[in-house]
Amino acid sequence: MSERVPIVRIGQILLVSIQVDLSDETTLTLQDDLSNRIVAEGARGVILDISALEIVDSFIARMIGTIAGVSKVLDAETVVVGMRPAVAITLAELGLSLGGVRTALDSDKAFAILRSMGRSATRDDDDDSEDSEGAGETAHTGGAR
Amino acid sequence: MATEQATNRIVEVLERDREAIGDRWFRAVTTSTRGKMVPAEVRRELIPVLDALLNGAREGELDAGLPAFDEARALLGEYSRMRARQGFTPSETAVAVFALRDAVLTHIGTDAAIADLPAFSRFIDGLGLHTFETFAASRESVILNQTEQLLELSTPVVKLWDGILAVPLVGTLDSARTQVVMEALLETLVATNSAHAIIDITGVPAVDTQVAQHLLKTIFAARLMGAQCIISGVRPQIAQTIVSLGIDFGDIATKATVADALRVAFNSAGLEVRKTTEKRS
Repeated sequence: MSERVPIVRIGQILLVSIQVDLSDETTLTLQDDLSNRIVAEGARGVILDISALEIVDSFIARMIGTIAGVSKVLDAETVVVGMRPAVAITLAELGLSLGGVRTALDSDKAFAILRSMGRSATRDDDDDSEDSEGAGETAHTGGAR
Repeated sequence: MATEQATNRIVEVLERDREAIGDRWFRAVTTSTRGKMVPAEVRRELIPVLDALLNGAREGELDAGLPAFDEARALLGEYSRMRARQGFTPSETAVAVFALRDAVLTHIGTDAAIADLPAFSRFIDGLGLHTFETFAASRESVILNQTEQLLELSTPVVKLWDGILAVPLVGTLDSARTQVVMEALLETLVATNSAHAIIDITGVPAVDTQVAQHLLKTIFAARLMGAQCIISGVRPQIAQTIVSLGIDFGDIATKATVADALRVAFNSAGLEVRKTTEKRS
């Protein structure tokens, strides 16, 4: 039995915090679990926290792109959060992209991005009560070069 | 004792022919600098050295390491530090000491006992080595300072506003420097939780495909982490070069000045700068 990556639901958003080294099998399981959860929970957004990942190889980079693609088809936006500087440098040097996934520095900013796209963490649409810090937050893609 | 006799003889000769030995020495040193220094300058610097040496020799023993020669060593050290900073060669510096031997030997003349000479020679060699060491040490410290300054120059990441960083790039961007700049920028992005970075290339003399590639890599890495980069300081000539080389910056914002870039950053961070209504009381 391989390790499973926990998926936490916060309102309409699924938070995936990857804390273990991703083997190919774990990665495929995560992809499967996540798409099932998006459908089951009716999620509108996915936040993928990779701050614990010290190594991101081409396989994981492609997996992130695939997860984003799958989520998109299921009407959920994916935001990748907390990539380490060393990982970013390596990916840039290798010329690997995450396939146009949105990125953010931390989960606060990711929530703000999703909120600005009308995908709030809360199910009721009481966006106005949220803090205004991230109101003008930009959403940018990590894949475009 | 032979050495003591030698010392006495040297002191005797030095005291008797101080002026003449000094003149000969200064002349030799001036010649060796090949016009980089005027005679008066050499004289002003070396007279205290000669006096200090004489004072030291009066103590009775010729040994460059003795406390009696502390003053002479300090003066010679200062002399070679100056030479190192002014860009003299090592031999031009060391010759100042060795010329003293020739000057003294000429004046000792034929009546000197052969036994006197090795001790004196050793003494001068000791002083010469000291000069040389000081020279090398000052050169090294100059190089060390320059290296540090260069590194500091190459990687300043400054905070312009909450969440907005700026990287003023100065000098040619090669892959080694890109690496340093990239690391500094990304680390600061995380440390200050900034979502915007302005890369100012006003100080970059030329942008070719190589430099553009490095810039794009840095911006790409920052984007992966969730930060937006704006390039500023694109001069008209550089803009022409970029277009004629066919470099494509894609959807990256490029601005002519840092002010323009800051405006863009403010805009996307949802900030606004307004003029306050003028108050006249």
